[in-house]
Amino acid sequence: MLEIKNIFKTFNPGTINEKTALKGVSLTLNDGDFVTVIGGNGAGKSTLLNAIAGTWQVDSGSIIIDGKDVTNLPEHKRAKFLGRVFQDPMTGTAATMEIEENLALANRRGKCRGLKIGITAGERKEYKELLKILGLGLENRMTAKVGLLSGGQRQALTLLMASLQKPKILLLDEHTAALDPKTAAKVLDTTETIINRDKLTTLMITHNMKDAIVHGNRLIMMMDGKIILDISGEEKKSLTVEDLLHKFEEVSGEEFSNDKAILG
Amino acid sequence: MLLSLLNSMPGAVAFGLIWGIMAIGVYITFRILDIADLSVDGSICTGGAVCIMMIQKGYNFALAMLVAFLAGMLAGFVTGLLHTVLGIPAILAGILTQLSLYSINMKIMGKSNQIVNVDKYDLLVSLRYIRDVPFYRNSIFVISCLVLLLIGVLYWFFGTEAGSAIRATGCNRAMSKAQGINTSFYTVIGLMISNGLVAFSGALLSQYQGFADINMGRGAIVIGLAAVIIGEAIFSKVFRNFALKLLAVAIGGIVYYIVYQLVIWLGVDTDMLKLLSAAVVAVFLAVPYLKDKHFTKAFKKGEEK
Repeated sequence: MLEIKNIFKTFNPGTINEKTALKGVSLTLNDGDFVTVIGGNGAGKSTLLNAIAGTWQVDSGSIIIDGKDVTNLPEHKRAKFLGRVFQDPMTGTAATMEIEENLALANRRGKCRGLKIGITAGERKEYKELLKILGLGLENRMTAKVGLLSGGQRQALTLLMASLQKPKILLLDEHTAALDPKTAAKVLDTTETIINRDKLTTLMITHNMKDAIVHGNRLIMMMDGKIILDISGEEKKSLTVEDLLHKFEEVSGEEFSNDKAILG
Repeated sequence: MLLSLLNSMPGAVAFGLIWGIMAIGVYITFRILDIADLSVDGSICTGGAVCIMMIQKGYNFALAMLVAFLAGMLAGFVTGLLHTVLGIPAILAGILTQLSLYSINMKIMGKSNQIVNVDKYDLLVSLRYIRDVPFYRNSIFVISCLVLLLIGVLYWFFGTEAGSAIRATGCNRAMSKAQGINTSFYTVIGLMISNGLVAFSGALLSQYQGFADINMGRGAIVIGLAAVIIGEAIFSKVFRNFALKLLAVAIGGIVYYIVYQLVIWLGVDTDMLKLLSAAVVAVFLAVPYLKDKHFTKAFKKGEEK
């Protein structure tokens, strides 16, 4: 379970670039919730995810994962609870290391790294089976450098890495935005498969309203550093893109102007 | 004339191997951690100074070399703290350590240079142990064994969980943090191992030449980089394995010193050698960049058509 209580974050305070990206965001995710997050550019979606991940400390408020207050924990310690996939396929993997080495690194998330061998024979077998699920043939290229893989392959691998040690929360930051539509659909399918298999509590940012409606059991919309819509249950199931646009106008009092979000 | 060149070759090989160890240290920061660490100019002298002073005081050379290694690690630790805890850019952190080591090295030696006479003290390697000694005392043999041993240990270490974490840190810090790796901690560890190796090569160097000098580390980073680059230029197509890559760096050190001897033999003004070394390194560092730029341009043009 994730509890976010009234968090604030201002970047570059006291300068002309000052930007308050989160203005008192509160959000509670129950175990097994799959929440999609939408909103225009600069609405604070990525900032929210980074706040949870601990990329930097929030100015005020608290973040509680499974009853443990992680607000002051540095990023690498919080990683124990979190699985993450980034927008840029380059960010989630180590390009100069092998596929199996990347998996082995992820398999030790939240554990002490000592002088034991970095990857065991047993792990190799296990990874081979897991890679088959992706259906990309990566199980036959386990010693290939990740830098040789395509963006879609990398994102699929990053997803697998994020779920190797079952995370309390899975954070997906527009992880299909940099991919072509066909690959994006495939990676989303894999995402669904892994989330359902492990019953992961998930927060997924997307630019695509349709994806946000189709996936997950709950949808939140952000604007100007706040959550302005929170739809779940039956209401979410019957939601359409038009409904969403209407609701946005109702709540915000202006027209939704992000073409990319509408067309996507 | 040619004979003098040939005569200088065994010495060049021994020097090259010693600098090869130093270059392996540079490889760890420059290639694995992706940091240009300039503390090595100071820590190589620290290693030499510690080793010579301890041998003069009557300590065994093995102990002296171990302490030299630890002293180097301490120097790396300081650079690491300056960089990770205090947020000073890595290059500047290295320069600060390097400069402070000048004072420290002076204090260790008490003056700007100290000698050990191979007739008076038991040394592991020496200029005098190149000819007319049993093979197992031959300095080239001894240093070669040390190089192979070090490569073996490093190969093992960088295959462990901790070693993999250092490699991941150098490759992608964002990813490393997301996988729970304390990148600051492993950056410091990497810098410590690197400077430990550099100081160790300084300990060998000072024994081999019979003295430690406050200026012995001047431009060491450039020689180290040269060895790394030469090794990669010659062997990158053949050597893919990590241990072989380290071996390539050591061989790069030998090639550097053979070329060095050749240049001296050709009668080039020795004052010009550092300029020459720097120019060679600059060219080799620029080639991949220019190649990349040129290729991308060509590719874009092709696309427009």
